[in-house]
Amino acid sequence: MLQNLPWLFLALPLVAAAIDWLCLQRCPRAAACCSIASAAVCFALCVAYLCGMQTGSPGVYEWFPLPGYSLTLGLLMDALSMKMMLVVTGIGLLVHIFSTGYMSGDPSNHSRYFAGLSIFMFSMSCIVLADSLLFTFVGWELVGFSSYILIGHWYDRASAADAAKKAFITNRVGDFGFLIGILLTFGVFGTLSFSDMAGHQAVPAQSGVLTALVLCLFCGAVGKSAQFPLHVWLPDAMEGPTPVSALIHAATMVAAGVYMLVRLQVSMGTDAFSQTACTVICTVGAITALLAALMATQQDDIKRVLAYSTLSQLGYMVMAAGMLSGEAAMFHLYTHAWFKALLFLAAGAIIVRCHHEQDIWRMGGLRRKMPLTTLCFLMGACALVAVPGFSGFFSKEAILTAAWESSIPLFVIGALVAVLTTFYMVRLCLVAFCGSARAEGAEHAREAGPSMLLPLLILGVMALISGYGFIADTLVPFAGFHAHDFEFGVPFLTGLLALIAGGGLAWIMYGGKQKQPDTDPLTPRAFSRALRHRLYIDAFYDKVLVGGIQQWGAAIVHCLDDGVIRRLVGHGAALFTAWCGKILGKIQCGSLRAYVLVSALGLIAAMILFAFTIIH
Amino acid sequence: MLIWLLIVPVLACLLIGLLSAPGRVTALVSASITMILGLYVVVVSMLPDFDTECLTTFCGIPLQFTTATPLCPLMLLLTVVVTFAALLGMHAPGKSAERSWSISTLLISAGATGAFLSDNIISFYAFHELALIPTFVMIGYYGRGERRTIAWRTTIYLGLASMVLLAGLVMLCIEMGTTSISQMHALVTVYGKLPGTPVTMGIISGLLLAGFGTLVSLFPFHSWAAPAYASAPTPIAMLHAGVLKKFGLYGLFTLAWALGPASRFLFEGWNEVLLVLLLGNVLWVGYVTVAQTRLDKMLGNSSVMHMGYLFLAFAAYVTSSGSNYLALQGAGMLMLAHGLSIAMLFLLAGQIEQRTGTLELCALGGLARRAPTLGFLFGLAGMASIGLPLLANFVGEFAIFLSCFVGWVPGASSDCGSGCGFLDSISSLLGGLGSVQLCVVFALWGLVISAVYMLRAIRRIFAGEIAPSCENVARLSCSEVLSASLLGALLLLFGIAPFLII
Repeated sequence: MLQNLPWLFLALPLVAAAIDWLCLQRCPRAAACCSIASAAVCFALCVAYLCGMQTGSPGVYEWFPLPGYSLTLGLLMDALSMKMMLVVTGIGLLVHIFSTGYMSGDPSNHSRYFAGLSIFMFSMSCIVLADSLLFTFVGWELVGFSSYILIGHWYDRASAADAAKKAFITNRVGDFGFLIGILLTFGVFGTLSFSDMAGHQAVPAQSGVLTALVLCLFCGAVGKSAQFPLHVWLPDAMEGPTPVSALIHAATMVAAGVYMLVRLQVSMGTDAFSQTACTVICTVGAITALLAALMATQQDDIKRVLAYSTLSQLGYMVMAAGMLSGEAAMFHLYTHAWFKALLFLAAGAIIVRCHHEQDIWRMGGLRRKMPLTTLCFLMGACALVAVPGFSGFFSKEAILTAAWESSIPLFVIGALVAVLTTFYMVRLCLVAFCGSARAEGAEHAREAGPSMLLPLLILGVMALISGYGFIADTLVPFAGFHAHDFEFGVPFLTGLLALIAGGGLAWIMYGGKQKQPDTDPLTPRAFSRALRHRLYIDAFYDKVLVGGIQQWGAAIVHCLDDGVIRRLVGHGAALFTAWCGKILGKIQCGSLRAYVLVSALGLIAAMILFAFTIIH
Repeated sequence: MLIWLLIVPVLACLLIGLLSAPGRVTALVSASITMILGLYVVVVSMLPDFDTECLTTFCGIPLQFTTATPLCPLMLLLTVVVTFAALLGMHAPGKSAERSWSISTLLISAGATGAFLSDNIISFYAFHELALIPTFVMIGYYGRGERRTIAWRTTIYLGLASMVLLAGLVMLCIEMGTTSISQMHALVTVYGKLPGTPVTMGIISGLLLAGFGTLVSLFPFHSWAAPAYASAPTPIAMLHAGVLKKFGLYGLFTLAWALGPASRFLFEGWNEVLLVLLLGNVLWVGYVTVAQTRLDKMLGNSSVMHMGYLFLAFAAYVTSSGSNYLALQGAGMLMLAHGLSIAMLFLLAGQIEQRTGTLELCALGGLARRAPTLGFLFGLAGMASIGLPLLANFVGEFAIFLSCFVGWVPGASSDCGSGCGFLDSISSLLGGLGSVQLCVVFALWGLVISAVYMLRAIRRIFAGEIAPSCENVARLSCSEVLSASLLGALLLLFGIAPFLII
């Protein structure tokens, strides 16, 4: 009995979601308590396991039993999954608490919101604890679903409903590849279970089918972790409530792609990742990191800046995973989860207090109005731009070091992204927090309430300290992780240089006492316009792929189906039937002579037949 | 005992038709009895050592009924549940209409039950024909739009298909020397009998595929389905799309199971053709579905599209000589799940139309604000039909896709050394994939297509600004909620715990 305790990680949030949705529709407060309780118990359970509690290996769920091959679902509890669970449940719990404050003035249905959060906690736990690709895929689809309902929480807003749809469908495109990869894995390894894949010798390493398999699985990560070219859904997903953006679209779900890649490298062995596959993965990550950082520099919406920054950081992680440096990828995933959740929650607090104003050019002077929130935000920003001493510094250092050792072009891109990161974060901070208020909302802003401040402060502490060896060594989700000692080498100097260069550039553009522009001074430039329009990638998808190929293609297919197939087959059948009727009708002509003639002919035919059979 | 599953609804029909008993109530009583009885039969037939003789005899006379074929319990469960839900959620326009709606619903249900339980191929066929007649009549009298034309077209289409099918079935029975499915199974598995020479096998399988295929709306014989479902009254659409259409697939799978290893030889000649045609179902009809602007047409086409996956399972099953249990059980699961989900969708579509007076997607909007329960139930059914995990359709689809890779060995051509490039790996992969596996890869795109049309429909109907037609809609009544929830609860149950009925 006790050995099945880990199943509570899945059962509790699922039950909480069901109760919220079915029984507590009318009492939102109880629904919030129910969800928070389930998240808190999961967090406590996770801490207990990490402190060394042992309950034996959990039972396996016989999901689809068959004589030949059974599909089973089981839990895999190793260092990778349990420490990842700590990140998920820890940030999840804080976001649940923050949500009570954030949603308090909102007229929408809170029970649905908290049910959505609980479904998310359930499905994310499925991905993290899954012992097989089947279970991963179950969670994979369900996080997509929970993200869909949470982005579309304010579904009567057309933009939110469209963004939710876009997120789900874009993820499905990635899942198309992911599912092919899963099927190929089953074909090649004969199993979907992670623990059985290790040391499988049936297929020679580096063979083509293995490369194709890895790349197909990577497609899933491209969709879920919003890598180029499927990155378009993540900025739009900011239509959802901000705590959701913090939990799902920054800290945990979007990192699932990276987690999955590292899980595969651990279970299949890094040999399975051929040179070709690694090059593709690295390139995709590097392109995403660079493009997203560029786009972030010209966004005006505070959440969009953070969303593009998330994309760019995910690009870093995928790049690291492609360099077979799962350690660096998971380290950055872990620090990023804390500081990006912090940034989003602080942004959420600001948005609420500025009366739902998200445009940074209508903020300003917030450092005097909301000092604690500003402090938290700045700590998150310092971690993100990798100021030495903050958590992000250590993990970005690890990635840059890995890039330095594996390929110079990737290192250069990494350094460039670091410059851009500093640029857009310093820009954001200067515009939003310095100077004086530019609009009514910012004028009347005041400090956030305790239910919002408490999570911010906790996350702020984590953003500061989570990179140091004494805490990282025990908490980074990677088996045998060891924080490297500080090295005074090229990566460090580059990081420092990037910090100074990006910060300096931003100061020149947006800083200074006398400058207080109301719009971005770069707006008239052509490159700014292109970056604001997201390099026209979204427009291309909307106009060409969705509006053009899909819409017109579907219309043409529909026309052909109706005009050709229905007419040809349907009318053909009708004509054939009518023709049969006509022929048979001719026989029944009603003329006595014809009937006599036919009977006579029949009689003769019968006689001949009989005669012949008698003769022979 | 199984015969009661047929006698009860026929008695109820007589009561309603001849003695003018109240239509809906009588039918509901009959449906409740058959549901309880059906559930009992399903449960006992799953017990490992249960003597089925008491089921198949009536007053000591052995009847040619069986529950021993692998998909029979699933289909029986589907039939009784959908019948009950259809009658519970039914809204007939007036008293006399209510009587004829009830009678036809019961007759279709009885016909389908008889077909699924038959051990004799001829009665299997005849029961299905019995169920088709009320379908035609109901479309012709109570349908929407050009109901007469649609009723005639459906009649001609399915009538011809049935004749082709009958020819195939008769030939098969002659070649095997028996009309009993269980005897056929015994003959093949024990004596290794083959159904005729390669040429006759080719003819038989061609006739069976064309006949059964048309009944299941296999591309390109699918044009009857969507207009017929869109036009039919709600309970008829539910029963036909949900239950009766599965007759064709049930027939194919049951015959393939009965013929066991011989099924491979029987269907070998048509396998590649079938793979291409089923891609037509998934991709071609998928895009036809995307182009629809009316909810009922969209649902009808989506139902045609999903049949492609079941033919995929069939292809995987016969190429494995009937040893691929994953394909068989996955198909059974998907047939059940698809029946439940499409019936639920048609039920809810009927309720939307009744409240707003339209099913044009562009005339609807913001309905979830006015009728949240309706929105929740429709979302549940929609998510089930696009294969969300925890709901039954996912189990079936995943098992089917996986079953196509059972027994596949990566091709020898995939070995190209360490220096192989990206294109090499793709070409070697294509060389390494068999035709069934290749077909799966293409068919998987259907998952994206179905997400596109279903989410678009949900977005148009339930989200966004409230449209004028949705301004004053009544909430769902208790019986409406109950009938849809019954279907939804089963989708959820079998999605979480599929082992209950495998």
